Amino acid sequence: MDALDGNAIGGLLIDVFGAEMTAATGTCGACGDTGPVAGLVVYLKAPGTVVRCRICGNVLMVFVKAHGMTCVDLTGMARLDQPGAA
Amino acid sequence: MERTAVRGRLTWQAATVTGLTPETAAVVTITLDPPDWPGHQAGQHLDVRLTAEDGYVAERSYSIASAPGEPLAITVERLEDGEVSPYLTEELRAGDQLELRGPIGGYFVWKPADASPLTLLAGGSGIVPLRAILRDRLRTGSDVPARLLYSARTLPDVIYRDELGQHHDGVAVSYTLTRAQPPGWAGHTGRIDASLLADAAWPATAKPLAYVCGPTSFVETAAAGLVGLGYPPDRVKTERFGATGGH
Repeated sequence: MDALDGNAIGGLLIDVFGAEMTAATGTCGACGDTGPVAGLVVYLKAPGTVVRCRICGNVLMVFVKAHGMTCVDLTGMARLDQPGAA
Repeated sequence: MERTAVRGRLTWQAATVTGLTPETAAVVTITLDPPDWPGHQAGQHLDVRLTAEDGYVAERSYSIASAPGEPLAITVERLEDGEVSPYLTEELRAGDQLELRGPIGGYFVWKPADASPLTLLAGGSGIVPLRAILRDRLRTGSDVPARLLYSARTLPDVIYRDELGQHHDGVAVSYTLTRAQPPGWAGHTGRIDASLLADAAWPATAKPLAYVCGPTSFVETAAAGLVGLGYPPDRVKTERFGATGGH
């Protein structure tokens, strides 16, 4: 299965966070790598959408849609900083 | 129509297909007229949603092919095992309605006010958002110099070939053909590598801004190559396409 990147989930991230997040900065909770969400590794066809760290492979975000709701797991992410957000 | 969209939300809307232009044997540009489009930036996407009669829904993200201010367009490559692209490239007709939402994306975007020289690297249909950047550059009268290196399998696979062949001051376009070359081909051959990048991209000393878009393997090689040439990683914007359609 081809891995994509965070650009591919720009719409999903707006659904969840209510804002553009591909340019947001994420920090991996395992290795500490920091970079734009657009650069993270994204698997769309896992059970749900799985986002991994490009350096260490740690699972950073999981999104599962069921019954009209999106369940979000962000436990692998140490920080998520939206540029310009107060 | 009353504007009911909540700021910060994306709303699905039914756009009218106003035109279909074949680009290659497998690629079509679809021009769209959405009822409520807030405008976009070069490099952004939109999401397309198809709903089958049985209620099955398939969504795909496509790069916007047109510059801001032009009629909205996407360019779609037909993937043989695709769920969405065969419909878009073969079944869709002018006058049909297509459900979409957008614009989407804030990372892989180019702003005309940016004065940095542009290094644009495209693999296959990764040319689409880079074409939007070049059209935006032209429309806004930007004079930033741009170098585009476009990797395609064969010459007939090159999307926007006529458009890219037109001379524009400050834009240099080069090609590498990876699978087959026509007789007398004077361009590059083979997959992108360090020596090709050193030849086709701005040197790091020009303080360029790079946009790299294509299949994952292309993007990894090209982005690592630019960093090897001295580009700071945050000056290399990347976007990876899958083989699963759109992005």
